[in-house]
Amino acid sequence: MTALVLVELDGGEPADASLRALTLARSIGDVSAVVFAAAVPQDALAGYGVTDGYLVEPSSLEGYAPQAWARTLAGLAAETGATAVLAAGTDRGNEVLAHLGAITGLPMAANCTLVTPDGGTTHRLVRHRWAGLLLEDAVMEAPVALFTVATDSVAAVAAETPAAIEVHVHKPELTEADLLVRAVESPAGAGGASLATARVVVGGGRGVGGPEGFAPLEELAELLGGVVGVSRVVTSEGWRPHKQQVGQTGTKITPELYLACGISGAIQHIAGCASARHIIAINTDPGAPILAHADYAVIGDLHQVIPALVEALRAR
Amino acid sequence: MDILVCIKRVPTVGGKIAVTPDGQEVDTRASGFSISPHEECAVEEAVQITERDGGSVSVLTLGPEAAVEQLRGALALGAHRAVLLETDGREFGPIATAAAIAAGVRAGSYDLVLLGNEAADTGDYQVGVRLAHELGWPVATGIKNLSVSDGAVVARREYRGVEEAYSLPLPAVVTVKEGINLPRYPSLPGRLRAKRAAVDRSSPEWAAEGLRKSALRVPESGKHQAEVLGEGVDAVPALVRVLEEWGVLS
Repeated sequence: MTALVLVELDGGEPADASLRALTLARSIGDVSAVVFAAAVPQDALAGYGVTDGYLVEPSSLEGYAPQAWARTLAGLAAETGATAVLAAGTDRGNEVLAHLGAITGLPMAANCTLVTPDGGTTHRLVRHRWAGLLLEDAVMEAPVALFTVATDSVAAVAAETPAAIEVHVHKPELTEADLLVRAVESPAGAGGASLATARVVVGGGRGVGGPEGFAPLEELAELLGGVVGVSRVVTSEGWRPHKQQVGQTGTKITPELYLACGISGAIQHIAGCASARHIIAINTDPGAPILAHADYAVIGDLHQVIPALVEALRAR
Repeated sequence: MDILVCIKRVPTVGGKIAVTPDGQEVDTRASGFSISPHEECAVEEAVQITERDGGSVSVLTLGPEAAVEQLRGALALGAHRAVLLETDGREFGPIATAAAIAAGVRAGSYDLVLLGNEAADTGDYQVGVRLAHELGWPVATGIKNLSVSDGAVVARREYRGVEEAYSLPLPAVVTVKEGINLPRYPSLPGRLRAKRAAVDRSSPEWAAEGLRKSALRVPESGKHQAEVLGEGVDAVPALVRVLEEWGVLS
């Protein structure tokens, strides 16, 4: 059994989401990795048990072209006899594996949390539905199984002993059609990305009352070295931009602390913040659903509690 | 520009989500149904494009007869025509879904097909891409900004703090995410028009595929009801102590 994993890079090193995919891939069999870059991050991949690293250099394919990446994976999977191909459940990972599924006619399971080979061409798996609010137990029957990995539910764990990694330069066979759709990149403003990786998120919901009510939350976030996130009602009312939305249709966050202020806790919001290590709710309603997901709660008006908290923190 | 928008009828879940005793579906006894949020934005985007540049918006769904409710919802937002690909209630997998929609696209004449990036319920993240391959059209996914010009679209999204722009010749498939626009509320005349509108119908074949659902379940959260630290500003000292204990105050 060999699993071929698409590894995305972040500053030349494997992205955290890809380390999680590599971790899950080890439960399937030997692990090979594909990297689209100028160099393979050998030590990091070896540490996660990768025995073969396939490098697709910019001279073969520069920049991101989803169908070309999928065509490359299809070629490598055939060449290496891989029984499974995996990617992180990111925008790119899901997109590339969807293309791979379409090119090959193979089924694909998105956002898996557990995969177990079950003999022959069968895998048993658990995957997210409703952004992780529900789990689906499923069976995949396919000569090559395609999985993306739920990045907020699988921990990144290094291999017990690093593998001896061998690096191969791979030249994909691509058609013009594979390269038709490709990303032209330019710097974007901060927002979604910093929310997804923030150590502290101060969340504001309907209870904030309007666009002008966010100043104390911003001040508290800055004091705690964090950022402001919001619930869906806040963005659908146009109080704050959508890129600040925490939830199923916004950003999934994984901070040390999520301070949910004036947020009742619709289940789609919980889907976005359930992976926070600690949750504190500040809410006027002791019956708010968010309290069932929080470690601690303060029952009260955020417009009084937050300024008092800011003052107390400044006084330390 | 003639645009087809694919929508899905999904349960409206609010404070909690539960599964039927047989583990096969979401318990909807206490909930209504709605259009998946990304797709509501897809409808709005299509309506805005045709309001600006002319053309038509058709809306299509694969689902049970009851999904006519969601088609009428989209008509009330400004779509002109509705197509129901009627199922017998069985859940179509992503491969069969894409094949059924492709047949629906071929039966019409469209320049652009919009879908949500992923359905709120099944979260398969692949129907739009599979549809594009079935049709032999280019595709961009997860799009938060769309501009249409003569014979092409430029679709933009953000990824790891970088903006990606994709140029696609038409006809094309684009999957969008919530945030691309703020969907309008249906107008009264819109609702009245939607009520009377005809719905085209056909019944695609269900087909088994390699990924088979065994059961759905609610994950163990490991969380219990929050401990209340206190009321109002009196709780602030306790709150500061907790933050200190957790080491989040640096």
